Amino acid sequence: MNIFVCIKQVPDTEAALIVKEGKSISEDNIKWIVNPYDEYAIEEALKLKSNIAGSTLTVLTLGPKRAEAVLRTGLAMGADLAVHIENDEYLDPKTIGKALAGAIKKTDDFGVVFMGKQGIDNDSFMVHTYTAEYLNAGVATNVTAFEYKDDKILIEREIDNGAKDKITMSSPCIIGAAKGLNSPRYPSLMGMMKAKKKPITKLTFEDVGVIIDNKLIPEKLYSPAEKIKEAKIFEGDLENSVKELVNLLKNEAKVL
Amino acid sequence: MGNIGVLIEINNGSLKKINKEALSLAKSSGNDVYAIVFSNNIDSFSDEFKGIKTIINIKTDMDDYKPDNYAATLSEIIKKYSLNDFIAGYTSLTRDMLPRVAAKLNGTLVNDCIEIDLENRTIVKPIYAGKLLQQYKLKDEYNLYSIRSNVFKISDLDGNAPNVEEFELINVDELTKINEVIKDDSGNIDVVDAEIIISGGRGMGSKENFEKLFDLATILKAGVGASRAAVDAEYASANMQVGQTGKVVNPKLYLAFGISGAIQHFVGMKTSKVIVAINKDADAPIFKKADYGIIGDLFTVLPLLKEELSKID
Ligand SMILES: Cc1cc2nc3c(=O)[nH]c(=O)nc-3n(C[C@H](O)[C@H](O)[C@H](O)COP(=O)(O)OP(=O)(O)OC[C@H]3O[C@@H](n4cnc5c(N)ncnc54)[C@H](O)[C@@H]3O)c2cc1C
Ligand SMILES: Nc1ncnc2c1ncn2[C@@H]1O[C@H](COP(=O)(O)O)[C@@H](O)[C@H]1O
Repeated sequence: MNIFVCIKQVPDTEAALIVKEGKSISEDNIKWIVNPYDEYAIEEALKLKSNIAGSTLTVLTLGPKRAEAVLRTGLAMGADLAVHIENDEYLDPKTIGKALAGAIKKTDDFGVVFMGKQGIDNDSFMVHTYTAEYLNAGVATNVTAFEYKDDKILIEREIDNGAKDKITMSSPCIIGAAKGLNSPRYPSLMGMMKAKKKPITKLTFEDVGVIIDNKLIPEKLYSPAEKIKEAKIFEGDLENSVKELVNLLKNEAKVL
Repeated sequence: MGNIGVLIEINNGSLKKINKEALSLAKSSGNDVYAIVFSNNIDSFSDEFKGIKTIINIKTDMDDYKPDNYAATLSEIIKKYSLNDFIAGYTSLTRDMLPRVAAKLNGTLVNDCIEIDLENRTIVKPIYAGKLLQQYKLKDEYNLYSIRSNVFKISDLDGNAPNVEEFELINVDELTKINEVIKDDSGNIDVVDAEIIISGGRGMGSKENFEKLFDLATILKAGVGASRAAVDAEYASANMQVGQTGKVVNPKLYLAFGISGAIQHFVGMKTSKVIVAINKDADAPIFKKADYGIIGDLFTVLPLLKEELSKID
């Protein structure tokens, strides 16, 4: 089977984000990481690969030159091939979905495509579904359990109120990985050495057959007005503190 | 701009609060509003639809969600009635359904909007887990928006009753087939829906101690949340996690017990109207983000709080 993982490069969650000219974040001092949900996607893809003899695992990213690093991480973890659609411009989720689908379609017998349920940068929560539509494949989002059995794909995913769906799909299909799916491995030192030497296939938008035509246009990026909070803090006599707290929640904040 | 569609989700025989928020937003635009209702029984809540033009009713039960059929049906409705702007709540159902519909229509969707100007098709949504806000303009033929709960105001119901049109569910190849829904019968309130959330962190020390939070939650009709450290230590289940890799919540009251207040936790609950922190460490970062705080041992505070809260009704 030809297995794919789409990996997005995102800023580290600890990164202090500084807005540049109301448009984009300043990239100085930003540490870039693999989108955390895509780590679950890679791990699950590696597990599937080891279950299906002769299968090939390709990692795919769309992004600027620096995004190559996430492909190296994927290769170091155990992927066989890497594809990079290099791009420096802003793209809306629909266009990203089309481009990823275009790159995957170049392999006509692609099987399961693992993606994250969400990028922790734009939190758009949809690129995997767009990709599925343009590949005419099934998609399950928020996946917390995955099994491949007798050519069927059995999935569990979380929905509201602690409930779960059990889903069946067949290959080809897209998985939107969520926390709880697995525990991603760390790339080994040996893996990292080897990954440095593996080639990365570069594709252009022409290669993937997509004309950029964004319909979602970013206009302004800014920091939310943070409430300057003067917290009322109680200390010492806890019995009185609790009484006073409940009184304030009821009569001052009016939330009880 | 043309007509506006709103997706209605029925929960235990009534409209979800977020649908009322979506309907109010749609009506405020002054354009014709169409409510799309997947339900076998719309009579029981038809009062909620005063002032909108048409209810489009698909006679099926939302509990019987079939992703491919529902997406095909909704996209046909959107085309047929020229619903060039379409609003829904940002819920677990629409996280699955709306991107499918947007993709089928080759349209544009923005999730989790906190401001929407329908006339100009500009919206604001939190990005980077709410560390920043992004304003976007939508320029597509079909524009879809999901809204964050508890942000948009519910306006009074007035106006005429809408007419009702039925629409058949479209059956297509089911690429994603839901075989079974396993309900959680614990009776716990999901933090995403809760108006009050009681959360515990590593400071709770054990799964058994978390039961004390559930106790308190029963009194307050609250949901119980957790930090990632508490989930990792298996004191709490993963669906309770609040934060960057957990759920984003927006309650009126958030009580944090034994949570230090790491940035990844904070971004998931910072829009709470009132934040209360209980922590024994006076230097815990959570106190800088709270409205009220008690410095002390949570195990002493919990029973006192339970007693005090039992007194109010
Ligand atoms: C990529 C990434 C994503 C993450 N996503 C999330 C996320 O979604 N949600 C999340 O919560 N975290 C997330 N984290 C983890 C986050 O960084 C913190 O590690 C975590 O929030 C800490 O949880 P905590 O506050 O419960 O534990 P700690 O930081 O260990 O704090 C425990 C607190 O309990 C107090 N305490 C202990 N005993 C008592 C007592 N008896 N009485 C009163 N107070 C007591 C202590 O003083 C301390 O302040 C993420 C991290 C990364 C790197
Ligand atoms: N530029 C990209 N390159 C590769 N994969 C991407 C890209 N953008 C999004 N994805 C994939 O789509 C998932 C959902 O992202 P999003 O819809 O942006 O929240 C991510 O977890 C990735 O797997």
